[in-house]
Amino acid sequence: MANMADAVSLVETRRTARHRRFPRINWLALAMIMPSVIALLLIGLYPLLFAVSLSFQRFLLNRPQNNGMFVGFENYAKVLEDPLFWSSLGRTLTMLLIVLIIQIIAGIGIALLVDSSRWRVLNWVVKTVLVIPIAMTPAVVGLLGVLIFNRDFGLMNYLLGLIGIEKINWLGDPTMAMAAIIITDIWQWTPFAALIMLSSLALVPHDMIEAAKLDTKSGWMIFRYVKLPYLMPGITAFMIIRTADVLKLFDMPFTLTRGGPGVSTELISLYVQRMGFRIFDMGVASAQAVLLLILCIVLARAYIYFFYRAPEAE
Amino acid sequence: MARAEEFQANLLSSRARATTVRRRHIPAEAVLQLVLLILLLIFILTPFFWMVSTSLKEQNDTFAIPPKIIFTPTLDHYNFVLFSPSAIVPTGLQNSLIVATSTTLLALILGTPAAYILARFEFRGKRDLWFWFISNRFISPIVVALPFFLIARDLRMLNTPQALILIYLTFNVPLVVWLCLDQFRAIPRDLDEQAKVDGCNLFQSFWRINLPLAIPGVVVSAILCFIFSWNELLFALILNRSTGQTAPVQAANFMTGFGVKWGEMMATGTLIVLPVVIFAAIVSRHLARGLTMGAIK
Repeated sequence: MANMADAVSLVETRRTARHRRFPRINWLALAMIMPSVIALLLIGLYPLLFAVSLSFQRFLLNRPQNNGMFVGFENYAKVLEDPLFWSSLGRTLTMLLIVLIIQIIAGIGIALLVDSSRWRVLNWVVKTVLVIPIAMTPAVVGLLGVLIFNRDFGLMNYLLGLIGIEKINWLGDPTMAMAAIIITDIWQWTPFAALIMLSSLALVPHDMIEAAKLDTKSGWMIFRYVKLPYLMPGITAFMIIRTADVLKLFDMPFTLTRGGPGVSTELISLYVQRMGFRIFDMGVASAQAVLLLILCIVLARAYIYFFYRAPEAE
Repeated sequence: MARAEEFQANLLSSRARATTVRRRHIPAEAVLQLVLLILLLIFILTPFFWMVSTSLKEQNDTFAIPPKIIFTPTLDHYNFVLFSPSAIVPTGLQNSLIVATSTTLLALILGTPAAYILARFEFRGKRDLWFWFISNRFISPIVVALPFFLIARDLRMLNTPQALILIYLTFNVPLVVWLCLDQFRAIPRDLDEQAKVDGCNLFQSFWRINLPLAIPGVVVSAILCFIFSWNELLFALILNRSTGQTAPVQAANFMTGFGVKWGEMMATGTLIVLPVVIFAAIVSRHLARGLTMGAIK
């Protein structure tokens, strides 16, 4: 809410400097910025506060008799004692770790390949094609996964069969179903890593690489000491954004596995959704959501702290 | 003399050797690059082609092992999902179009003036405002979906496009502000001064001078807003269960029940994905920037 008060003191800088005692409020500027602030307060902040208040209430969608009763931290206690909550969180974080490592390494590899290749036209084609997985509707990607990971006639088992691997029951086996989600995520988001790394590589000064080539013939040394420093901001940005995205991940696993078999692929967002709209306990679901939110805020702050130069700094 | 000629010949042949070595060396590397790039293209495109080809195959061809790459294409599945009496996909696409277009327009109306002010003015709390705007990018939709469901229910906005149009602003407004801000900042302030001398007020100077110059950034952010809104499933699933279903919700509903109709499913998928893939190809250079909210130039 501090933002509201601050926005009211909207003043022109130079004027502030000259007439510090009477800062003139620029009402027109205020009028131009307030609609978006008010909109975000109403649709962003208000539901958040509502979620916090719900998390302290008894609120069952299917038995609304005592709804709204204040129950203190009862919902939070339920969440913290719930093994399913912890296992879904653990599953989400494990997946996050795996996809981050693979996507960053593969992304750098792809970027180095495209950056160094002399096939101009092909490079352009690859750069354009890289956006296809990223833009594809995640719900449809999940459906496509159901087809490709089909045990009997799926493309995946066919290709594995060519190298002599027995048919895998991808979506019926708990471990393999999780693997299917991870493989799908890697297919969809590695191109994003590659695009980020490509734009970072474009920042490496050419003469620095030329100078380094005089000192060493080792491509690894040039990568490690000349190129990697330029990639670091992109790598960190990618890590934090993907962290937020995997914590949110819902659409693709929802259509690919629905959290099954059993709850073996139920990621945290799927579990919160099920708690709210299948078990109908909005109180407990809100408590889960608030805990998830705290995790998100911590990450968002970390992200902002590491990357976004505030406007004044520029 | 003879020795000199011999020497010269040696020199020539060693030069020749050097160039052939280099020539042989370059193609080897380039061929490797070519192979890797083509493998990469196959890896990225195969699932996409798989979807499109399945949508054009007879059901029997779908189950063929080894998979049929050459087959007689049929438009039956498209015909069925689009024109059969029970077809719901056209309404889904229409709903998605209405929602994505409206929320994009609204985000532009709200976001561009705010971006302009943020680019031109310094004020106390600007940093906080800035952080708050972009932290919306990190909030998991499920967190706001629960209360938003209850609010929308009380306001009788469930199963209407309005609820989705509004809630999608939570990620679209920050996106517009973020991308347009850079664009406005790149416009010289002298133009504002000139406009002031000519008697323009702040809004006129934004509307008549800065906004037209910022059109590239505005278009990119509009396309990205459209893509993200078109693709969204969670809110749409929770808020618009019965009527007003968007296309991704229909896609998600395919998996219920037995006897999956693969051809129809993939035809629907292709119809949903095609517009966003085309849009994404248009703004391919800016997609990464949009997803990172401008952290990557």
